[in-house]
Amino acid sequence: MTPEELRDSRAARERLSWLVLLALAVLVLPWHQSLPAESAPIIPSALGLAAEGRGWLWPVVLALPLLVWASFKGAGGRLFLGVALAAFAVLLVQGFTVGLRGPAFDWLTILFPVAGQGQTGLGWGGFASGIALLGLIAHALALRGFCRGDRFSASAVVFIVALLGLFVFYPILRLALAAFVGPDGEVALGPFLTRLFAPEIWRLDCLTGGRRCGVVINSLVLGLLAATICTALGLALALIVARTSFRFKQTLRALSILPIITPPFVVGVAIIVLFGRTGLITGWGAEIFDIRPTRWVYGLSGILMAQVLAFTPITFLVLLGTVEAINPTLEEASQTLGAGPVKTFFKVTWPLLRPGLAAAFLLAFIESLADFGNPIVLGGGYEVLSTRIFFAVVGARYDLGNAATLAMILLTLTLVAFWLQQRWLGRKSYVTVTGKSDAGLASTLPFGLKGVAWAAVIPFVAFTIGVYAVVLLGGFVHDIGRWDLTPTFAHLRTAFDFEVNASGLQLYGSAWNSMQTTLLVSAIAAPLTTLIGIMTAWLVARQDFAGRNAFEFGTMLSFAIPGTVVGVSYVAAFNVPPVDITGTAAILVICFVFRNMPVGMRAGLAAFAQIDRSMEEASQTMGAGGAATLRRVVLPLVKPAVFTALVYSFVTAMTAVSAVIFLVSARHNMATAYIMGRVEAGEYALAITYSTVLMIVMIICIVLIQLMVGARRLGRRREFQGQKAPAE
Amino acid sequence: MTEEIAIEFANVTKRYGSAVAVDAITLSIAKGELVTFLGPSGCGKTTSLRLIAGLELPTSGVVQIAGRDVSQRAASERNVGMVFQSYALFPHMNVLENVSYGPMIRGVAKAKARAHAYEILEQIGLKGLDMRLPSELSGGQQQRVAVARAIVQQPDVLLFDEPLSNVDAKLRRKVRGEIRELQKRFGLTAVYVTHDQEEALAVSDRIVVMQAGRIAQIGTPRDLYERPASSFVADFIGDANLISGQVTAGRFRAADLDVPLAGPDGAAQISLRPERIILSAGEGAPSGRVRSCTYLGSHWEYEIETGFAELLASRPMSEAPIAPGTAVTLTIPETAPIRVTDI
Ligand SMILES: Nc1ncnc2c1ncn2[C@@H]1O[C@H](COP(=O)(O)OP(=O)(O)OP(=O)(O)O)[C@@H](O)[C@H]1O
Ligand SMILES: [Mg+2]
Repeated sequence: MTPEELRDSRAARERLSWLVLLALAVLVLPWHQSLPAESAPIIPSALGLAAEGRGWLWPVVLALPLLVWASFKGAGGRLFLGVALAAFAVLLVQGFTVGLRGPAFDWLTILFPVAGQGQTGLGWGGFASGIALLGLIAHALALRGFCRGDRFSASAVVFIVALLGLFVFYPILRLALAAFVGPDGEVALGPFLTRLFAPEIWRLDCLTGGRRCGVVINSLVLGLLAATICTALGLALALIVARTSFRFKQTLRALSILPIITPPFVVGVAIIVLFGRTGLITGWGAEIFDIRPTRWVYGLSGILMAQVLAFTPITFLVLLGTVEAINPTLEEASQTLGAGPVKTFFKVTWPLLRPGLAAAFLLAFIESLADFGNPIVLGGGYEVLSTRIFFAVVGARYDLGNAATLAMILLTLTLVAFWLQQRWLGRKSYVTVTGKSDAGLASTLPFGLKGVAWAAVIPFVAFTIGVYAVVLLGGFVHDIGRWDLTPTFAHLRTAFDFEVNASGLQLYGSAWNSMQTTLLVSAIAAPLTTLIGIMTAWLVARQDFAGRNAFEFGTMLSFAIPGTVVGVSYVAAFNVPPVDITGTAAILVICFVFRNMPVGMRAGLAAFAQIDRSMEEASQTMGAGGAATLRRVVLPLVKPAVFTALVYSFVTAMTAVSAVIFLVSARHNMATAYIMGRVEAGEYALAITYSTVLMIVMIICIVLIQLMVGARRLGRRREFQGQKAPAE
Repeated sequence: MTEEIAIEFANVTKRYGSAVAVDAITLSIAKGELVTFLGPSGCGKTTSLRLIAGLELPTSGVVQIAGRDVSQRAASERNVGMVFQSYALFPHMNVLENVSYGPMIRGVAKAKARAHAYEILEQIGLKGLDMRLPSELSGGQQQRVAVARAIVQQPDVLLFDEPLSNVDAKLRRKVRGEIRELQKRFGLTAVYVTHDQEEALAVSDRIVVMQAGRIAQIGTPRDLYERPASSFVADFIGDANLISGQVTAGRFRAADLDVPLAGPDGAAQISLRPERIILSAGEGAPSGRVRSCTYLGSHWEYEIETGFAELLASRPMSEAPIAPGTAVTLTIPETAPIRVTDI
């Protein structure tokens, strides 16, 4: 067979597979999740349902013969693409117009009386037909030259766009809509405005001596303070590491990943243990200085402490990058021109640092706004947006409309900060080094500045050590909360007791359930996240298709959406047909995949920038389609990025709380949700024990991932033609 | 034409946004021919080559390979071999794996693919290197692996994008000879991109001179050198003196230059190769004055001031040099001036 015939037969086979899937989907598989019992048809497929009076499903069923006919007319033709697009549109329209309680328009009930019964969420048939139609659309597009005619890439683009649409943008739209829904289910501007301008959101009473400020004000005050302190500390740390003869540079770098693998709440708990009313430090204060113990730690100051601890490593890493990128020759030039070290620092170094500072500040600000774990443990009466949203959805006064409005405010604040950050990062180019930094030695810090930096860093480091000591110790002593340090494994037992007996392994511990779910969900989510992230990066870096820039922007944007907002938006979107998946384990996996995918994508983009694309092109000219090229050439070369993405997505899935807290169910509980329950019940020791175990499990998993991914095999010589030498 | 057509471009245009990289090119390449795309940087050579490979799809127009319309067909579904400027060897595969990659991807059994790869490696003089990684080969060896990898699948067309730009000048002559020899031996149709006109003259059956996305002229190396169609081609291939003047009654005149020239009367431009200008000391017509005389090892190069242009002339070493400042008479053989269009 000539390559041409081979290609045609392969294409035909793929087309046939999609058509078969579509046939299965509309003829055999159950279209809905479940049906009202009184109307259960013999065949629950679209065909069966349509025949029994649900006539709005006919267009979906008829798409099948139409597509078969059109494919005989030429799958590369306009007709085929048109039919496939129309069929997909019909699928969407029927899903959104006929809801759980009947159709959105009365005339539909007149046309199809059965529509009044409504329909539940899509089932296997519904989803499969959506997938098949998207596959056919991608197929037709590729035959018309989309993605340089590569069918795999075309499918990848179409499916990723569809997934992002469904799991990132659609929920946000639903959420925005929910903000306008009044108490009687009507959509109107009134309820939204009432919620938006509610005094408990914007009140400024705390400034005028009154009692409490609104949540937005609280969030902003917290965010600005946290960002300022984190940036200052991050800068001090970065300057000490980069500009003094500090010896533990690598250690500090390694330690800065600690907060990433620290489960939420545990820092908060440790702070309570140290500074709470019966806390250790509080006790010392009372004993030595006779300070009356108070509950000062609950509120702004406590949250601030926890956030500083959690986000300073992030600002540190950003600023370390900036400081190291400053070309020493600039500073040397200034010194040779007669400026002293202090003057050089403020006239040369400082201006070069400013963009990095802005970026770090905004990053910490975004993180602080999005933070949920610390405010909920340490907030006391200090409510911020994320906790208020949580209580509006989960608490006793369920009010989705209000939660949605607050979430939209939070989203707006975050996006503005994100946008500003992008602008600053865009401008920072003049800071970066040109090639390898020429000989020059970085100037050391002026003496006074060094003092200031150390003065800031030492308490911070002591504080960090204290907190992590409590975390490490707390799980294995009798009651860390009352400072009863008798060693014990009791907490470990409560959580993870097990027994191996005649009937096999028996798990008694109360935490096993959530631990298993967490591990399973993370283990499924991590490779999927990595795959989609790297693949998206590949499409953005290497493929040439209409709308590529919008595509890249959309994926990056999804990273800026705070977890709490994602959580509520999923509640708003996936609790109702057509996509009704709340309470499943799938929604947990999906939530992680689309929240963390941008990280995989960034790692991928960085890797692709270093790899000559002609290797992939060579693979293509040798007959490998997109899939084979990706598997055999691309992935082996971007292993480090794959590793980063896997580890990051795994760890985040294990420790994330803000989004999943809305999505967990009794059947599928996650470790973090379980820990939150223990914290709320005051069982600090158990919470700490569980967190410690989680951290150990994560470290083991990281090592396992490292072993599985393995190293790149690139040969003895460091540089070779195919790949540019990696940037230092 | 009776010979089979391997590649055909009909009105092929490639746009990137609003920029036109290839502008309505029509071209056909016969089977077994080696055609070179030659032109200044950014003229669209690489883009044209990638259009053949399928690494770009045309914005409009039709590309045919072996009689089939492949305009919207992906690279992986055409049967082409390509040698990249950077060689693009897979750094994580050894030589054998690199060469047997294509057959394996196309479904040939592993053992058979390897056997075939061995055979090609042997023919191309890389025996014994098959277990090395590309990073353990010299530049020249890498280049040969890249060629082996491209021809192992007997492609309909073999594409080269500046394959010699990473080879040092000495080796270049040898390697280009090898490529030409290989192409003839396997009876391959080849398209070769270069911006080095000497390389193009040496290896090609025909040369396509490109200019700003369009074809300036197609012809054999000799055609292009001896009968350039435009001042651009004349100037780009070899050195040319371009002289503007008037044609009346079959004679071209510019100042004291008066040579026979066919074609219609009116304003015209001619190209005069430097080596076709004969110099003799003394006054005469057309006359000139030697501005400089440079020793170039293989010949003398003169700059001559005349009433109609600043001329470049080159004379063999066997002639005695003429000192700068000397008045000279130019003798121009009747066949030397070539009428060219202005662009
Ligand atoms: N991906 C692209 N996007 C936008 N413009 C492009 C792209 N690729 C090429 N071009 C433009 O198309 C024109 C032709 O490019 P091409 O690479 O074919 O030139 P070339 O003749 O190979 O030049 P060189 O000798 O420098 O390699 C150039 O102006 C180039 O800037
Ligand atoms: Mg080029």
